[in-house]
Amino acid sequence: MRRVLLSLVALGFAVAAAAATPEDRLSAVFDAIEANRVDEALRRVDALLRDYPNFRLAYLVRGDLLLARSRPLLTFGNVVKTVPQDRIEGLREEALARLRAMRSRPSEDRLPRYVLQLHPGQKHVLVVDSRRSRLYVFGNDQGRPRLVADFYVTLGKNGVEKTREGDQKTPIGVYHVTGNLPRSKLTDFYGAGAFPINYPNEWDRRRGRNGHGIWLHGVPADLYSRPPRASDGCLVFANPDLESIGRYVQVGTTPVIIADAVEWSDAASVDAERRSLNAALEQWRADWQGRDTERYLGHYSQRFGAGGGQDYAAWAAHKRAVNAAKSWIKIELSRVAMFRYPREGDFVVVSFEQDYRSSTLSTTMRKRQYWIKEEGRWKILYEGAG
Amino acid sequence: MHKPAAPYARLRRGLTALCAAALCSALPARGDDLQDASKFLKAGQHSQALERVNKALKAKPRDPQARFLKGIIVTEQGKSKEAIEIFTKLTQDYPELPEPYNNLAVIYASQGQYEKARTALEQSIRTHPSYATAYENLGDVYAKLASQAYDKALQLDSSNSGAKNKLSLVRELVREPAVVAVAKEPPKPKEPAKPPVAVAARAPEKPAADANAEVLKAVNGWAEAWSKKDANAYLSYYAGDFKTPGGEARPAWEKTRRERIAAPKSIEVKVDSPKVTLRGSNEASVTFRQDYRSDKLTSSNTKTLELVKADGRWQIREEKAGR
Repeated sequence: MRRVLLSLVALGFAVAAAAATPEDRLSAVFDAIEANRVDEALRRVDALLRDYPNFRLAYLVRGDLLLARSRPLLTFGNVVKTVPQDRIEGLREEALARLRAMRSRPSEDRLPRYVLQLHPGQKHVLVVDSRRSRLYVFGNDQGRPRLVADFYVTLGKNGVEKTREGDQKTPIGVYHVTGNLPRSKLTDFYGAGAFPINYPNEWDRRRGRNGHGIWLHGVPADLYSRPPRASDGCLVFANPDLESIGRYVQVGTTPVIIADAVEWSDAASVDAERRSLNAALEQWRADWQGRDTERYLGHYSQRFGAGGGQDYAAWAAHKRAVNAAKSWIKIELSRVAMFRYPREGDFVVVSFEQDYRSSTLSTTMRKRQYWIKEEGRWKILYEGAG
Repeated sequence: MHKPAAPYARLRRGLTALCAAALCSALPARGDDLQDASKFLKAGQHSQALERVNKALKAKPRDPQARFLKGIIVTEQGKSKEAIEIFTKLTQDYPELPEPYNNLAVIYASQGQYEKARTALEQSIRTHPSYATAYENLGDVYAKLASQAYDKALQLDSSNSGAKNKLSLVRELVREPAVVAVAKEPPKPKEPAKPPVAVAARAPEKPAADANAEVLKAVNGWAEAWSKKDANAYLSYYAGDFKTPGGEARPAWEKTRRERIAAPKSIEVKVDSPKVTLRGSNEASVTFRQDYRSDKLTSSNTKTLELVKADGRWQIREEKAGR
């Protein structure tokens, strides 16, 4: 008999350990409340707080569960005394964001419209849905994204679409992780560590956006998490979540796509867009290799700007001169990645390894291009080293 | 630390009842000492009170009444640690008594130890499901715990937030668990203050009289089953949706009741001057004086039963102390 009990206990622990993130457990508390199992809800929230004593939202729920035994509740977070309302609001919003995310996970067949193609070296891509305060991690399943995890994220106090230094907003765009700062090199404010991203990128600079120091980072030791809108523009995670995210990140490689509200699409539509872009890219390569300079130049938008700041006419003249001087050119592209840019319509960031050989010069580089659709045709708006 | 002065003031009145109900049958010598101790306590003469109660305890060291009284005296003297020891020991020796748990909770709450207070009060109610004082105290403790949780949620300093405690110490030990400790004051009418008389008046005369008789018959039957120590019959008077006093599961409550009914050698329960209030044709409440006598204890207190008519029978849906 005793042995049976012990093994049951062991099983219970095993299940609990495997199943439950703090967020899962909070969700189970709400489930219990909804099912009117209030005692169970209180037991669960007590256990959660034993393990995560800094989970402030859980305290708010505990307060409600206890107060409900004494008097009817008027609202979620029924704090009686006079307190800073914004703090209660922040916790309420966190509760809503977490619950919504738990209860409406994207289904398997829905894909973020932004991830057209991952290159073989990109093991994961991070996609942020600002409205939902959620970061989704997609694995690379033969170039196509497959959802592997998702996390609650805190963004800028003033929301998204950063434009200038100090606006306390989080940028919208396609970025990548540029560094890994371990806990030991940071103050407690950043918690478990930090991963800077490349804001402002070329497109931001072209649009005159400034500011710097947008990181993914953790929280101080006395916190479990922060409200959905609380940072100065950074993407802030619970420390255990940041550690999990750290296991997916490759510095210099992992894309971070920050969207307003993620546009979800189906595999067929994403495939169609990928094929159309790949065809345009291949035509551009072939025309360049064939030294058909006018057709090659036709792939570039009239608004094209290269990194150096030349205008289109000057740049085109330069290209004509360069290409004419070669007796042959051979170009190979590999490790091609393609991401639609959030909020910009038909605008895609394409990057690849370019192996360029010619009668006079051979180079290998990683290149980044921004493609836009003009009158139904994909055109290059920008290119530079990636 | 906060001194719970106010509750004491209103609780003093309870002492007379304590003497009458619990001590009259005691041995004369011991009774004298205890009565004296109570008088001194009432007069605020704590050291004399303590001296007398210690004298009584010398004669009967395990006597619960004396130990309980001593607990109250040292509580008033501000000797919380000693008071906690006394009441804790009482809960161990007499786990069926709700009052020591309640008083333990009051002391814990005065120290800001609300989790401990909560545990003690929950035990008090488990022990004695219709214990109004413990309910009121527990409500206050839950509110306090909630407030602490909110403070943690909002990062507020809760070290000096408001009055620590307004819980009621119970000064009366009623030595038969089946009997409600007579609340010093009727429970505050914060619960649905039903206007029984007005509603009853509207009911047609004749059927009301019949219904009144039916309800009374059920209440008398219930008292009779209890007196016969017929637990099955007694329990059959409780409705399927009976609101168990501690909110515990029905089987757990039934089990406790069976134990309570089985414990004394004899029980006699009388329903005295009942007042029936009908609400519609299927709901009624009956307030009466419950005279309880067993080989262990004699007591008398006010009780209200809420009844519903189901399957043609009046059944108890809720049982409350006081009116």
